[in-house]
Amino acid sequence: MSNKIETIDVNLHYGDFHALKDISLGIPENSVTALIGPSGCGKSTYLRLFNRMNDLIPETRITGKVLLDGENIYKIKATKIDALRRNVGMVFQKPNPFPKSIFENVAYGLRVNGITDKSFIEGQVEKTLHQAALWDEVKDKLKKSAFELSGGQQQRLCIARALAIEPSIILMDEPASALDPISTGKIEDLIFELKSEFTIVIVTHNMQQAGRVSDYTGFFYLGSLIEFGKTRKIFTNPSKQETENYISGRFG
Amino acid sequence: MRLRKITEPVFERLIKICGYSSGFIVLLIVIFLFKEGISFFNLSPVDEGSTLWVHNSNPVKELDAAQIKDIFDQKIDNWKAIGGNDQPIELFTLDELGEAFTAEQLGPKFEYLPKCIDSYMDSLPGAIGFFPEKQTVGLLKSAKEVEVDKVSFSTFISDTEWFPTSRPAARMGIMPLLLGTLLVSFFAILFALPLGLAASIYLAEIADDRVRKILKPIIELLAGIPSVVYGFFGLVVIVPFVQNTFNLPVGETALAGSIVLAIMALPTIITVSEDALRTTPRAMKEASLALGASQWQTIRKVIVPYAASGITAAAILGIGRAIGETMAALMVTGNSAIMPHSLLQPVRTIPATIAAELGEAPFGGLHFKALFALGCILFIITLIINLLVERVSAKRR
Ligand SMILES: Nc1ncnc2c1ncn2[C@@H]1O[C@H](COP(=O)(O)OP(=O)(O)O)[C@@H](O)[C@H]1O
Ligand SMILES: [Mg+2]
Repeated sequence: MSNKIETIDVNLHYGDFHALKDISLGIPENSVTALIGPSGCGKSTYLRLFNRMNDLIPETRITGKVLLDGENIYKIKATKIDALRRNVGMVFQKPNPFPKSIFENVAYGLRVNGITDKSFIEGQVEKTLHQAALWDEVKDKLKKSAFELSGGQQQRLCIARALAIEPSIILMDEPASALDPISTGKIEDLIFELKSEFTIVIVTHNMQQAGRVSDYTGFFYLGSLIEFGKTRKIFTNPSKQETENYISGRFG
Repeated sequence: MRLRKITEPVFERLIKICGYSSGFIVLLIVIFLFKEGISFFNLSPVDEGSTLWVHNSNPVKELDAAQIKDIFDQKIDNWKAIGGNDQPIELFTLDELGEAFTAEQLGPKFEYLPKCIDSYMDSLPGAIGFFPEKQTVGLLKSAKEVEVDKVSFSTFISDTEWFPTSRPAARMGIMPLLLGTLLVSFFAILFALPLGLAASIYLAEIADDRVRKILKPIIELLAGIPSVVYGFFGLVVIVPFVQNTFNLPVGETALAGSIVLAIMALPTIITVSEDALRTTPRAMKEASLALGASQWQTIRKVIVPYAASGITAAAILGIGRAIGETMAALMVTGNSAIMPHSLLQPVRTIPATIAAELGEAPFGGLHFKALFALGCILFIITLIINLLVERVSAKRR
């Protein structure tokens, strides 16, 4: 399998703080890659490299290469950043639907990308709500505010919203951390379904979750990538002492 | 420890007293305002101590302030126009009396004045006379007193003429003042809102930290400048600008007032709506950008709608500021109390009227009370505005 994303010697500084240290890593296509590590180790920061979300934070410095399909996304023109983000969907830690209707939440990405064809938008909304396993629950109240949904439903709505613009990569930053176990189970099933079509990178601090959903796992510690490999290998036979300590719950 | 036990209840009580007494003072002011204002109604628009007389044969029994003013301005010159006989109207006041009779006839102490008035009235069936009560009441045989309609709330609100000092009867219609106030404020907000919104979006979303740190205090400083300074600036800069641009005889117009009030409302609008824009959660912005929306799309479709109620509150507060503004309005609007027909003519606002006229209105008189009633109207308008702001911002929470 080829690498969808590749980072080469990436360093990131927030002002004086060195948040990512010399990270080189390849993320295989059409698979689920989990990023684990104690909180504050730079998982979210690393994830946000891929859709240039860190650009929004002032005084951020980035060196090294981030290749997406072989192209360094930090060398593209500023006008192409929107197109990059269209290709790289993101689901955030806390569900963050817009204060709009359920329908308009999913349609938003299409509308801002200039799509006006009504029947296409309707089709896409229905399709992605199906994909996000939410359709049956919301099909009769598409005009209702997204805020009327439960937290788990909101998060699946956010997944549908990300899917609607047909990205090839989906980034998920602890997508289930704010949810109850049943909702979490639904999201995990969903990730399993989606991986045939998408390259998924998921940040999680829940070890069991990483073990359940991912094919590959990277372990971060204090801004460095300590170890990366097949999830089974990382969980059963890690090659680094820090990894083993973390996995066995001795710290973190 | 012991000391705390003693001082704390004392402070608590002091704070309580301060709270109650300031509330009480506000209440007193409102009561005072409305007591004076309401006592204005059901007064006669004719000067206290004076009466109007017509010939006994005249069928007209009752006149209102507007008719009286038109008669004495000679706009109405025939009794037929106001329901009387076809007969020209002759104005008859103490001045005419002085011309018609010699000093001896009037008597050294004017003791024959009533008799002179009586004989004069007798000779002129079309006359209308205006005389002090004590020279006339019960003393005239040829004339009868005219009843004058009292000032009512409906004429106060709907009459289109404001001549509070005209004699024999004052006309106190606040329509021109009310419309002047609303016109000036409406256009002020029309100018200020787009500008203020743009500036607040720039400050909240676009400007980098360094620029914001310089601009924000400057804008807040603008809110603290005394209004007389704005008025002065308006007089020196805006008024000549308006006059030259539109080639007007005078630059003191509703437009100049709107521009100056717009400038004055800007700091309020900018700071309040910037605060509102800032309440948009970062997660909301990131969600939009992550879907490939541009910064501008994110501002337009997510940030501004999210802050909509805050922006509305900013606009209403701005209107409140403009409606209540006195000094600057007084200085640049030209202060003519006529019904406004265009932005390019002088108008007069309610607060400017009160400020300009209160000093010359005799204490406790009709005009004085009319100004209080005007104050009540202004109070009600601003109260409504404040309630609206409350409602809009309650919705936000
Ligand atoms: N905007 C920021 N400015 C400065 N430091 C930041 C910022 N965001 C994150 N950091 C720091 O960078 C480190 C990594 O953060 P993050 O990537 O969020 O960690 P994780 O997601 O693994 O918990 C943390 O120490 C955090 O304090
Ligand atoms: Mg994180």
